[in-house]
Amino acid sequence: MGEVEPKKLLEVRDLVTAFDTDAGQLTAVDGVSFAVRRGCTLGIVGESGCGKSVTAMSIMRLLPQPMGKILAGEVLFDGRNLATVPAEDMRSIRGNRISMIFQEPMTALNPVHRIGKQICEVLTQHNDLSPDDAWQQAVEMLDKVGIPSPEIRATEYPHQLSGGMRQRVVIAIALACGPELVIADEPTTALDVTIQAQILQLINNLQRNLGMSVMLITHDLGVIAETCDEVCVMYAGRVVERAPVKELFANPRHAYTQGLLSSIPRLNGTPKSELQTIDGMVPALSELKPGCRFAPRSGREHAPELLVERQTLKEISTDHWVEACPVCARG
Amino acid sequence: MNNATAILSTDNLRMHFPVKGGVFQRAVAACKAVDGVNLTIMPGETLGLVGESGCGKSTLGKTIARLYEPTSGGIAFEGNELADLSRSQLKPFRREIQMIFQDPYESLNPRHTVGTIVEEPFVIHKMGTRAERQQWVADLLAKVGLPESAAGRYPFEFSGGQRQRIGIARALALKPRLLICDEPVSALDVSIQSQVLNLLMELQREMGLSYLFISHDLAVVKHISDRIAVMYLGRIVELAPAVEICNNPVHAYTKALISAIPVPDPTHVPDRVILEGDVPTPIDPPDGCRFAPRSGAEHSPEMLETLPPFKEISPGHWVEACPVCAPVRHAR
Repeated sequence: MGEVEPKKLLEVRDLVTAFDTDAGQLTAVDGVSFAVRRGCTLGIVGESGCGKSVTAMSIMRLLPQPMGKILAGEVLFDGRNLATVPAEDMRSIRGNRISMIFQEPMTALNPVHRIGKQICEVLTQHNDLSPDDAWQQAVEMLDKVGIPSPEIRATEYPHQLSGGMRQRVVIAIALACGPELVIADEPTTALDVTIQAQILQLINNLQRNLGMSVMLITHDLGVIAETCDEVCVMYAGRVVERAPVKELFANPRHAYTQGLLSSIPRLNGTPKSELQTIDGMVPALSELKPGCRFAPRSGREHAPELLVERQTLKEISTDHWVEACPVCARG
Repeated sequence: MNNATAILSTDNLRMHFPVKGGVFQRAVAACKAVDGVNLTIMPGETLGLVGESGCGKSTLGKTIARLYEPTSGGIAFEGNELADLSRSQLKPFRREIQMIFQDPYESLNPRHTVGTIVEEPFVIHKMGTRAERQQWVADLLAKVGLPESAAGRYPFEFSGGQRQRIGIARALALKPRLLICDEPVSALDVSIQSQVLNLLMELQREMGLSYLFISHDLAVVKHISDRIAVMYLGRIVELAPAVEICNNPVHAYTKALISAIPVPDPTHVPDRVILEGDVPTPIDPPDGCRFAPRSGAEHSPEMLETLPPFKEISPGHWVEACPVCAPVRHAR
């Protein structure tokens, strides 16, 4: 050992988030635990409906009201439990110490305000700045995220920018107050690969220069491999596996992680060969069982009690945790 | 290229859209979505078409399916020229060329049952009795891996992957020879994506189909294609067998595109070419090398004005031979 481990900036413990719907209460996030270390990037990967965005919304306390509720668990940010802090205090944390980058840069920006003004809004909300100073800082932020001629761009409206440029503006807004943690929810999914490469490089550089921590939500294992230090794999509202990135790709232990890794077509793969698949589809929230949720798609026989009893996360090697269903997580 | 045996070939195909402006909404410019494309697709072959948003790949697919009337150029399907045919003259060819769309939520009529959706092509082409058609629908649903009971249900009752299967069943109804697949797996999760890709490959083997497979995801395209064409701003900049283009890309744009793909392997050290800027607008683009403004390399004025030749640099490997973006040593 001997190595000093970077301290945990954010720790989520047994988070349970549910929504009230016409069909009753549906649990979207069911006992999720993970941590983001200072200066590191944690990736959260999973398919649509696995609860990755709801987890982010729970941390930010941006769940749709009044349907969404945190039922249990803790969100410890720098020692405080964000799940219970008053809304007032949360407002001074959100956008200031924790901020968010959204997927769709067109809907994340206000179409009727100038770009500069939208950055100023965050700055003046959290700092005591004169309008002129705020505008000056907004222009500097645009420059920092690589927008050419920032003085002119600051006076433009979102529709005058391309998708990649808009995402840069969203990043500028997120980083304006120098947050300690940035939650990026599919930040490059709506972008072309060449633009995605630009944006990922930008996030990486800014992280290194500003020393912030990043929680990156994506469905793309390629993006995970390239940017993250640690990875959480989510399935049907739960974390099924959690490990340092190299360990996870080299030694995936849960059947779902293995299936996910082998079903992606790779550039160096054999053309026209049959791809591995995961049978069936992600279960609906209303049909989730308390036990191993991957059982119906795993193609492996499960004893009835495995479907009824919740399996805990177990540490199988240093920092490598896996949901210990004896069938899905056998060695 | 041997056009004699090709199932489909395009000859300098152009699809320009007028850009209207001014008080009288006159055409003030042209959006050159497809601007001089020559492609061939052989029987039983998958031709992959990759490029970024706005490069014209979907327009090219729709023009080949004659959903648009091309501005100029030819589309030959098994030797028959389709480009100038009228609606009624086209009807027999509609059976031969079918399309699968990206969004399985928007390409199926929500008010029709799956049975009606898949049966519709037979009705339009006045084929079979009611009982025969129902049997055909059942066969098609079985072929794409859906239960027979699906015929009586509505699209909203199905997941994205299953809806894409319904779209495939409808496209296969008239036993087409060529399927134009426009981003068929882009809206699907990875585990479902591989199911649909496997289905498409299996159907091709079984029925001898040809595919034009359009996607922005080069890894997916490489997996399913025999040959790949790379499109940029309305033109094909490189065309080669799938493995060849990934291993030996020649054009600067192809190189940048390949290097930009994140590799799902944390031990891989990316050797990345980061392109500056975005894809420029296809409204009145330059006549010469269109990649020049993003290439970061100096182009002489004549390179921006004259169309670079499309050269075969090794058997089956073609490239738009701009001397800066695609320096070709052994041009034939």
